[in-house]
Amino acid sequence: MRILVCVKQIPDPANPSRFDPVTHRLVRTEDQILDDTDRYGVEMGLRLAEASGGTVTLLSMGPVGRAQGIRQALAMGADQAVMVEDEALEGADALTTARILAAAARHTGFDLVICGTESTDGYSGVVPQMMAELLSVAAMTYATSVEVADDQVTIHRQTSAGYDVVVSGLPAVVSVTAGVVEPRYPTFRGIMQAKRKPTETLSADDLGISISIGQEVVAVSPAPEREAGVIAEDEGEGHLLIVEKLREVKVI
Amino acid sequence: MAEVWTFCEETDGGPSTLGLELLSKARQLGSATVLYAGSGSPQAWQTLGEHGAARVFHFDPGDMLAAAPVAAATATLAAEHAPHLILFGQAYTDRDVAGRLAARMGLPVLSNAVDVTLDRSGAVGSRHEISGGSEIAEAVFSSPGPHLVIVRPKSFPAEPVAGPPPQVITLDLPEVGESNAVVTERHVRQRKGPDLEEAAVIISGGRGLGAAEHYSLVEGVAAPLDAATGATRAIVDAGWVPYAKQVGQTGKTVKPDVYIACGISGAMQHLVGMKDAKTIIAINKDPDAPIFTIADLGIVGDVHKVMPRLIEELSSG
Ligand SMILES: Cc1cc2nc3c(=O)[nH]c(=O)nc-3n(C[C@H](O)[C@H](O)[C@H](O)COP(=O)(O)OP(=O)(O)OC[C@H]3O[C@@H](n4cnc5c(N)ncnc54)[C@H](O)[C@@H]3O)c2cc1C
Ligand SMILES: Nc1ncnc2c1ncn2[C@@H]1O[C@H](COP(=O)(O)O)[C@@H](O)[C@H]1O
Repeated sequence: MRILVCVKQIPDPANPSRFDPVTHRLVRTEDQILDDTDRYGVEMGLRLAEASGGTVTLLSMGPVGRAQGIRQALAMGADQAVMVEDEALEGADALTTARILAAAARHTGFDLVICGTESTDGYSGVVPQMMAELLSVAAMTYATSVEVADDQVTIHRQTSAGYDVVVSGLPAVVSVTAGVVEPRYPTFRGIMQAKRKPTETLSADDLGISISIGQEVVAVSPAPEREAGVIAEDEGEGHLLIVEKLREVKVI
Repeated sequence: MAEVWTFCEETDGGPSTLGLELLSKARQLGSATVLYAGSGSPQAWQTLGEHGAARVFHFDPGDMLAAAPVAAATATLAAEHAPHLILFGQAYTDRDVAGRLAARMGLPVLSNAVDVTLDRSGAVGSRHEISGGSEIAEAVFSSPGPHLVIVRPKSFPAEPVAGPPPQVITLDLPEVGESNAVVTERHVRQRKGPDLEEAAVIISGGRGLGAAEHYSLVEGVAAPLDAATGATRAIVDAGWVPYAKQVGQTGKTVKPDVYIACGISGAMQHLVGMKDAKTIIAINKDPDAPIFTIADLGIVGDVHKVMPRLIEELSSG
């Protein structure tokens, strides 16, 4: 089984990026790490591949010449990586991202594509569904469990009230929620091997995709601030302050 | 008049609250059409009419996962009727339909909006809270419509206007071939106590509680106040409580009168789900926890000390 896992490299949240006041784009810090959310997809891919004797290929669109985050995912055990990087993709919206990733998936070939439900920095939360539509396959979204058997994929799809069991044929796109599996930590051996694993770098042109971005951020301004509240150290009476506040707002 | 369409997923046999919120906004922007996915009923049509729907396109996905067939059907309708704007909610099925529809029609989609504007020329703009709600970004579409916007729950109030019954057009869903998926079982967890999204008071717990069994402190404070109980994603992912309790970016958006955050750091993804509570109270042992920046009352202290005393005080009073 050929499993593709879409992983996004994001600026290290420990060094927050800011919006550029002129271009209204995210000004990213230099270092790019693996989006924590995508570690769950990588883990799920590795488990399914281990169970079926399949392979795991990482798929990522990101800034030119940055592969730190990809190496983190390779170190977890993925077999290889396909990276799409292109100056022209800076500021890409969800649809452009999905078109690129879907074209790369076609280029690579796949039985199953695994994504996260939303990225930490973009959180548009629609890239997996868009990819599924572009690839004309089912979008098995918000999975809290994934099983593949007999050319069928079965997931538990999280709902606001519980979960549904959903079944589709292969190929398919699956998006997994965080917490679905416990991602493994890379071993020293994994980290050493990651450096030698095959990677392929493609441009938008290589994939035959012409880029047009149909939306634009035109202004960023501070939100109205909440009035500062009262902060008090608990010295055995903290609960009474809470009760007093609840009385004040007439909850009790 | 501008044509504004809204998606509405049937929930508990009728229109979802989120769907009615979107509809209430749509009718202010133009003539409102609802894309209704579910079995439908005269009662449902009446409710939609009362909230300002002029027309309903009704599809019944039955056991099919709704997104692929509903997106295909909507694309056909949109090509024919050319609406200016189609609104979806930031909810699972809505996102699935919006994503598939956008890809199918080659249209961009703006997610996480908290407001939408439509001017006379047909230009659509949207507002988005970023950085945990501390900044507002305004976005516009530079492409031709229909414009697709996904709006966060509780961005608009759901308000009836006593409108007449809408025109209802029930349509068959198309075959979607390989894109089809089937729902074989539905599991609904029974909820104890009031509904998170409706409750006037919410007590939420985070990783600071220390262990799953200490969530009983949250329930202990909630009981005498008849409050709903919520949680951060950290403790949902850890399996302490079910996802239905998650508040935030990928959970529920709540606007109660009072929100008490216990052992919650106040990550921006949590804040966007609860920062519009009228009064916010936080208990955290770290005086620098970000939750204190939005709290009306912050208690710097240990949940294991403050909460048991609070429970006693509330139960005795
Ligand atoms: C794409 C994306 C979506 C997300 N969506 C959501 C979402 O919908 N909802 C959500 O909540 N999160 C969401 N998150 C996760 C979010 O970033 C945080 O990781 C999460 O909210 C942290 O939960 P927490 O406050 O329980 O834990 P922590 O951040 O670990 O905070 C625990 C707090 O408890 C305090 N504490 C510890 N011990 C005690 C004690 N004895 N007494 C008092 N205080 C104590 C600590 O000082 C600390 O501030 C999302 C993340 C991403 C990337
Ligand atoms: N640039 C990207 N490269 C690879 N995968 C991506 C990229 N952007 C989004 N994804 C995938 O799509 C999921 C949802 O992302 P988003 O739609 O940005 O919230 C992520 O968890 C990834 O699996």
